Amino acid sequence: MFRFVLRRLLQMVLAFFGTTLIVYALMFAGQGDPIQALAGERPVTPAQRAYLTEKFHLDRTGVGGFFYRYFDYLRNLLQGDLGQSLTGRSIGDILAAAWPVTVKLAVIAMAVTILFGVTAGVLAGIRRASLFDNATLVLTLLVLGIPTIVLAPLAQYLLGVRWPLFPPTAGADPDLYALLLPGIVLGSLSLATALRLTRTSVAENLRADYVRTARSKGLVRRRIIGVHVLRNSLIPVITFLGVELGNLMSGAIITEGVFNIPGVGFNLFRGIRTEDGPLVVGIVSVLVVVYLVANLVVDVLYAVLDPRIRYE
Amino acid sequence: MRVRRLAAWTALPLAVTLGLAACGSGGGSGTGQSDPNAAVRIEIAEPQHLVPTNTNETSGSQVLAALFSPLVDYDEANKPYEVAAESVTSSDNKVWTVKLKDGYTFHNGEKVTADNYLDAWNYGAYAPHGQNSSYFFEKIAGYADLQGDKPAAERLSGLKKVDDLTFTVTLTEPYSEFKTMLGYTAFYPLPKAAFSGPGTLKEGYEQAPIGQGPFRMKGSWQHDAKVEVERYDAFPGEQPKVGGVEFRIYQQPTAAYADVLSDNLDVIKTIPTENLSTAATDLGDRFRQSPASSLQVLAFPTFQKEFSNPEVRKAISMAIDRDEITKSIFKDSQRPARSFVSPVVAGYRENTIGTAAEFDPAAAKAKYQAAGGPKKIELSYNGDGGHKDWIDATCNQLKANLGVDCVGTAEPKFADLLTKVKAKQPVGLFRMGWVMDYPSMENYLGPLYSTNGSSNYYGYRNPEFDKLLAEGAKAPNEEAAVAKYQAAEDLLAKDLPVIPLRYGQNNFGHSTKVKNVQMDLFDRIDLLKIEAVS
Repeated sequence: MFRFVLRRLLQMVLAFFGTTLIVYALMFAGQGDPIQALAGERPVTPAQRAYLTEKFHLDRTGVGGFFYRYFDYLRNLLQGDLGQSLTGRSIGDILAAAWPVTVKLAVIAMAVTILFGVTAGVLAGIRRASLFDNATLVLTLLVLGIPTIVLAPLAQYLLGVRWPLFPPTAGADPDLYALLLPGIVLGSLSLATALRLTRTSVAENLRADYVRTARSKGLVRRRIIGVHVLRNSLIPVITFLGVELGNLMSGAIITEGVFNIPGVGFNLFRGIRTEDGPLVVGIVSVLVVVYLVANLVVDVLYAVLDPRIRYE
Repeated sequence: MRVRRLAAWTALPLAVTLGLAACGSGGGSGTGQSDPNAAVRIEIAEPQHLVPTNTNETSGSQVLAALFSPLVDYDEANKPYEVAAESVTSSDNKVWTVKLKDGYTFHNGEKVTADNYLDAWNYGAYAPHGQNSSYFFEKIAGYADLQGDKPAAERLSGLKKVDDLTFTVTLTEPYSEFKTMLGYTAFYPLPKAAFSGPGTLKEGYEQAPIGQGPFRMKGSWQHDAKVEVERYDAFPGEQPKVGGVEFRIYQQPTAAYADVLSDNLDVIKTIPTENLSTAATDLGDRFRQSPASSLQVLAFPTFQKEFSNPEVRKAISMAIDRDEITKSIFKDSQRPARSFVSPVVAGYRENTIGTAAEFDPAAAKAKYQAAGGPKKIELSYNGDGGHKDWIDATCNQLKANLGVDCVGTAEPKFADLLTKVKAKQPVGLFRMGWVMDYPSMENYLGPLYSTNGSSNYYGYRNPEFDKLLAEGAKAPNEEAAVAKYQAAEDLLAKDLPVIPLRYGQNNFGHSTKVKNVQMDLFDRIDLLKIEAVS
């Protein structure tokens, strides 16, 4: 077990540097004129241009320039310095301010997914072909069919403005209540998927041989479903949720924009729009770590759910 | 088993999170009584900087307008009058004497003196500081010596202190509208406390700027969240009618609009285009419009042979139905333009272009064919600014009315478009926008059309025009200057290097909790007029 985790951690270091290299290269290749992008449509004075060019080594172009700037970035990164954005703010500070609120949002979304998705999935799986099952299938189909870009403003308008049950936006320092609506919107897509996964998995396992054995042994229904079926059915769901945790954090660009939550997606969007290479690379690097850790946790959890799985 | 306990640990925080659900706040209805101590909440985007000489976008300048009091402001006729200055005078338009009003203090108690202005302006003009608004000082003598990697001087030779409340500004060339310039953000003073050494700004000054205006910082700038200010009671000028302002930072205007609808935010400065069609019903008389300084044009590469004939340019202008496009595409959020300067500056006249701006398809076609215009027209624009719709509509009008082939070409960003235009690559007609730096006709003419203008991308050259601008700058008074600039504008109307299409308009709205919301010339909410309703 320990060796397994250690090996994975070492792999993570490699994956981390690989992704920063790729992302840095992509930002570098796609970079037009970040100084003009920052100024919008205003003319940029030569003095200002010279100042920013010098500060961010923007005159270093081509393959040589790329490696110069990449290693410069890495050197600072290893010293714990993520660099500065083009407006002169420390990227470390930006990330420190953005992460907590995004994590809160993702946790709420995840909780909604698990609480409603998995529970309803289990119920639908047990009562296959019932009214409840069919209703959830239609509902999830609907949710899966509506993209967040429609769902988020719609939910904001209906539940925030028209019938003011929730505050329409959350802001920078929101309480849990303000984050609830964005959390539900963000979690709804994974909720639908998780529900369907659980339902299928439970329905399938209910017909498995070991369930028949358990029944014939005279075990109570609650124990059969709660312990035997559920535990076996959760493996695909956990895999999905692990990957989804990363998605929830990085994929909140739309939700965070609509509900004005200055989290990671919000900053990523700004970084891309203003061609702010260091900012994008900084955010993506941390996202990569989140994905890697989430995957590791999922792998470890397999062993909990299925004792037959052993890691060496 | 150890791992199993780990799983339990992840389940616990989830349960706690769900258990905690706080309650939202209720709203009260307005009775119409003005509350002088309430704070109002105004939407802005994240400012890029909060140092006066480094701020040239509206969000930052909105915040600085609360913290600083300008030397001059503008009256109903858009003419400057003194605020923090006692007088701004000159006998020859070259040496200007600025006298300050006594009694102004910075928020840390420091008395405002001439040195504060000189220090701030010298800091802004010095090229290695990389200040965004440094070009505002280029008319002051000695500016050239402060440019480059290693400037020859550290202070502008044109700035001289006379006594504690008086200083003189010597310009390189006479400029009749220097006083008009002084109302802009770049000309605010900086306290001694802002500097850590001579010419070095203190690290972190912009996190909590100290100014001499009607409001002072309450706490520091909370990035991506808000900037809060409170009334500064020792301010000797006109006192604001609210106790404070919370500038709340939004990335997307749609979010701010939803907040205004539910009284969660008091003022939205720009109602998003997608909400404009319903804004009048959503907000009623709380939906407001006012002229803005921006001007949208289609520019000609006059250096290209097919567009070098003014008659071709006029024919294209006559084939465009401005009114139709502003109405159907922009839902009247912008207004049709038929002059080269905006209605927000003194000296503006309606329809200076005359017949060439009137929609007349038959005459346009005849003129176009007589002048031998090109068979194919290309309209280039930046794809990230929502310009596709009107470019396509314009193209369709040109196709129908001139019988030419027309395509709209999107460049990814405005910067890409500018790069191509600067390299004189054939992009066809291209869209341009202009927002003024200071409310003067000159600002709409000099940078855009003079031979050495900083934004003259069309290759327009007219010695007569340059001469009139120079004469306007030397004119003995504002009226004489405006007359010269108007004559220069008439020349543009004859040559038509660009087709003015639309004036910008501020489409703003407010909640039921504020009244008397007004927008100033620089697209900022007037913080001295706004009132909170309890």
